Amino acid sequence: VMAMAAALRGPGGRFRWRTQATAGGVRGSARGAAAAQLGMKVAVVDYVEPSPRGTRWGLGGTCVNVGCIPKKLIHQAALLGGMIRDAPHYGWDVAQPVLHDWRKMAEAVQNYVKSLNWGHRVQLQDRKVKYFNIKASFVNEHTICGVTKGGKETLLSAEHIVIATGGRPRYPTHIEGALEYGITSDDIFWLKESPGKTLVVGASYVALECAGFLTGLGLDTTVMMRSIPLRGFDQQMSSLVTAYMASQGTRFLKHCTPSRVQKLPDGQLQVTWEDLTSGKENMGTFSTVLWAIGRIPETRSLNLENAGINTNPNSQKILVDAQEATSVPHIYAIGDVAEGRPELTPTAIMAGKLLARRLYGQSLDVMDYSNVPTTVFTPLEYGCVGLSEEEAMARHGEEHVEVYHAYYKPLEFTVAERDASQCYIKMVCLRKPPQLVLGLHFLGPNAGEVTQGFALGIKCGASYEQVMRTVGIHPTCAEEVAKLRISKRSGLDPTVTGCG
Amino acid sequence: RLGSVRGVLVSSPPGRRARLSSPGTGRSSSEAREELRRRLLGLIEGNRVMIFSKSYCPHCTRVVWNPFNVFTYLSFYSSDDGANVQEMLSEITNQRTVPNIFVNKVHMGGCDRTFQAHQSGLLQKLLQEDSTYDYDLIVIGGGSGGLACAQEAAILGKKVMVLDFVVPSPQGTSWGLGGTCVNVGCVPKKLMHQAALLGQALNDSRKFGWEYGQQVKHNWETMTEAIQNHISSLNWGHRLSLREKSVDYVNSYGEFVEHHRIKATNRKGQETSYTAAKFVIATGERPRYLGIQGDKEYCITSDDLFSLPYCPGKTLVVGASYVALECAGVLTGLGLDVTVMVRSVLLRGFDQEMAERVGSYMEQHGVKFLRKFIPVMVKQLEKGSPGKLKVVAKSTEGPETIEGVYNTVLLAIGRDSCTRKMGLDKIGVKINKKTGKIPVNDVEQTNVPYVYAVGDILEGKLELTPVAIQAGKLLARRLFGGCLEKCDYINVPTTVFTPLEYGCCGLSEEKAIEVYKKENLEVYHTFFWPLEWTVAGRDNNTCYAKIICNKFDNYRVIGFHVLGPNAGEVTQGFAAAMKCGLTKQLLDDTIGIHPTCGEVFTTLEITKSSGLDITQKGC
Repeated sequence: VMAMAAALRGPGGRFRWRTQATAGGVRGSARGAAAAQLGMKVAVVDYVEPSPRGTRWGLGGTCVNVGCIPKKLIHQAALLGGMIRDAPHYGWDVAQPVLHDWRKMAEAVQNYVKSLNWGHRVQLQDRKVKYFNIKASFVNEHTICGVTKGGKETLLSAEHIVIATGGRPRYPTHIEGALEYGITSDDIFWLKESPGKTLVVGASYVALECAGFLTGLGLDTTVMMRSIPLRGFDQQMSSLVTAYMASQGTRFLKHCTPSRVQKLPDGQLQVTWEDLTSGKENMGTFSTVLWAIGRIPETRSLNLENAGINTNPNSQKILVDAQEATSVPHIYAIGDVAEGRPELTPTAIMAGKLLARRLYGQSLDVMDYSNVPTTVFTPLEYGCVGLSEEEAMARHGEEHVEVYHAYYKPLEFTVAERDASQCYIKMVCLRKPPQLVLGLHFLGPNAGEVTQGFALGIKCGASYEQVMRTVGIHPTCAEEVAKLRISKRSGLDPTVTGCG
Repeated sequence: RLGSVRGVLVSSPPGRRARLSSPGTGRSSSEAREELRRRLLGLIEGNRVMIFSKSYCPHCTRVVWNPFNVFTYLSFYSSDDGANVQEMLSEITNQRTVPNIFVNKVHMGGCDRTFQAHQSGLLQKLLQEDSTYDYDLIVIGGGSGGLACAQEAAILGKKVMVLDFVVPSPQGTSWGLGGTCVNVGCVPKKLMHQAALLGQALNDSRKFGWEYGQQVKHNWETMTEAIQNHISSLNWGHRLSLREKSVDYVNSYGEFVEHHRIKATNRKGQETSYTAAKFVIATGERPRYLGIQGDKEYCITSDDLFSLPYCPGKTLVVGASYVALECAGVLTGLGLDVTVMVRSVLLRGFDQEMAERVGSYMEQHGVKFLRKFIPVMVKQLEKGSPGKLKVVAKSTEGPETIEGVYNTVLLAIGRDSCTRKMGLDKIGVKINKKTGKIPVNDVEQTNVPYVYAVGDILEGKLELTPVAIQAGKLLARRLFGGCLEKCDYINVPTTVFTPLEYGCCGLSEEKAIEVYKKENLEVYHTFFWPLEWTVAGRDNNTCYAKIICNKFDNYRVIGFHVLGPNAGEVTQGFAAAMKCGLTKQLLDDTIGIHPTCGEVFTTLEITKSSGLDITQKGC
């Protein structure tokens, strides 16, 4: 399975595709591991364009190298910091001071990522997928040209081509010093030294996750956002996410936009920004400025026009149909590079796997992009599946939606004397019996683990009553989901007390 | 005031299938009749005004709406059950017609006679006449099930009392309101488990770059004090919550003395007696002793461990129940030398493959197991906190005996129901002579119609807090709220909080094979390596996921098993999905949340029957 992930997950700056084998040999071929397993001749073409800071990495794409994997590991490092603080409450004598060594953590994380790169290489080999470390662009609709680091060109042709080049972080274009002095999530996980006092610009989940773990590792961290946090996510949940972060020491500069980054003689970065509310200009000094203002699909260097592939001129993403086919029927696009798809690793993996099976006649199943669960690994994790409250209201009308909710306290928080003000669950349902569940939102520890199973329930068409009839597992946080009794409409206090 | 008059929705509105009598497939008709009689008498007893009616009967509507300015729920009955109800009513009252009306348990008759009674003042008299009992409901036992039932009944407007009394353990440990879960079960157990996990986290943290002094010691007293403080706040919370709902709480030991009457004895030996229309027994269980020399004098149980004022030191845990393994896991995680003495299998009743994996993880992490031995004598060598105990044990397979010296011996060999010393014989409530458990029907009713039971004392039911809570709540709603929903004991998820947690829902592999036959099942399984464990350098090929599917029912998932961190959090949602008919196809179609442990279930490919290798290499 992971091999397919490797083969089909579109990493930043890479290009991969596959081709149907024909008797007598194919000149160049490219395919994913899934296709190879189905007996096809497949090649993967992958190339990481170094980031403006010069960061580069191996096979496996964003998730493995500069996304989910290093992110969750550093998130774990930050959580462990919290556990070290909890430990004395539970009787552990931990000698002060407690310090964090970025270098040591980064090395451990990077070593693990490198082992994954290696694993992906081996798996492609095992499955007889040819791997080319070249930067590709289209020559025509069946041919691509790949260029090695050294400038050597290779022509490859294929019957089917899959574009899975993913996206890369966006830099602001009109801010002086942004590109010269700023870093992005492409760099943060590969820093050898601690970033020190950091300004994170943006309000995406990437921005909040990075700011969260930096704060957790003890760094002075500020988030600057122009408008709302976690656009597209449930806004009540989003504001609880940031409220928790603020309570943990992350500073927020809301309704502000940076205008200039300058390097001071001591190497520090002086950032000038405008406060949109007051219209005033402010200044601050940071060691690191991290841009997390969005991602752009890697389509510009592909010469898509040579193959006649249509893109959305605004998003630059590739237009695809339900079969993942582009405007050219034998060329497909999956993952973050495809228009209208959730930018999530497991979606890309599944889409790739299903595509391979369809291409090679194993099944007709198309990918179902509805009810995709996801989790934001902010210090207090936020897991969700289905519709946000806003979206449910918009689709069904306020009078037809019932929202059940609860503020709860994880048992482990009690002895550790942690504040649980933001631990919150809400389930968005249709109001009409049997009250079909439209969305579930969970904010608390291990939100990813909690959300996964409920995502299945929602996929099964679970009703509110069915979830309520599920007996809880005591004492867990997840059991609170099965005990949601208070509706927002009732106006009753949704705070859970005791074990009942 | 007649505002408190309530009726009961006997069955659903016309057109929907009525469900007054239990489905009782395969039960003899006389049993079903007896069941129906009990149910009807229960309704008559439990409601000040009980009107049996038919939805299309104009006289019924007259009674309900017309003369008394009383709002009551109309009690429909129709369809096939209706005929049975009608027949049974005629047996009870000699009246076949509807409406058939009872006021304060007195049979009024039909529409005309009720109007006559209204004119003569009899009706008002009957209604004003307060219940002859002190309470509508007395709950014996203030644990999870009892409190849930009491509070729900109070919310429904009933006068309720809770009797709760903790008989001190042989070591003298006692505790406050809330029962086993809060005081000597789930809550302190999970908190100590968390303490042990934090010990592991401290080890991991250095790999993630955290630096602090090498010497990390654990202080037992600090931990127990913090945990006990939290428990006290929960005890207090329960007290408060009872008071808010106007439930009378009496800290006394309850014993039946005659029908509908209970004697309550407090700590000072003062006796009071109370009567109630209905009783719920929710006295739970207490740890069992071995019945060998020295066990009650020197051994402790889970009743004592969580508030033990000193660190137990080198410990022998006797038993292989989940309590035994959880306690052994916690103590080992806190750095103590722990041995578990097991008579036969680990975690009886659980999936045995999973149980062995739980055990082998514990063994790899420092727990010693002595299998196929049982203690025969415990002798004190030294007094102290802790002292020194010598344990003699003999093999279950031969004449061999062994001896060991421990600071503490913790017995976790099972639990006994607290049902034998509460006068159940005085009112004729049947218990299982051997186990002390109380057999009940599917509405938690004992053989004595006005006496019900919930929680761990039920025969053949699950011993779990959330089950007891659910059963207690639903019982109150059925008794006093006109609700018909029964507690569903199928597909109840649970988690064993051993060092590596084990969560499950549905059938064990053994049970599934027994019920469905091996050839009709497909078992999917895999090892997985939590991302957090990689950098921490923790064991690969240890965490394990398994599902059991019924091939001939659309590959429906009938068993779910996971061994790994946060197994409880992972299992809960899957349990909800199983309630909705989870199949393998749905698992495959669901997108994982990356990177989590739970996502492993969306990518299960290897069947056990294929015999393929499930070990993980790298990623």
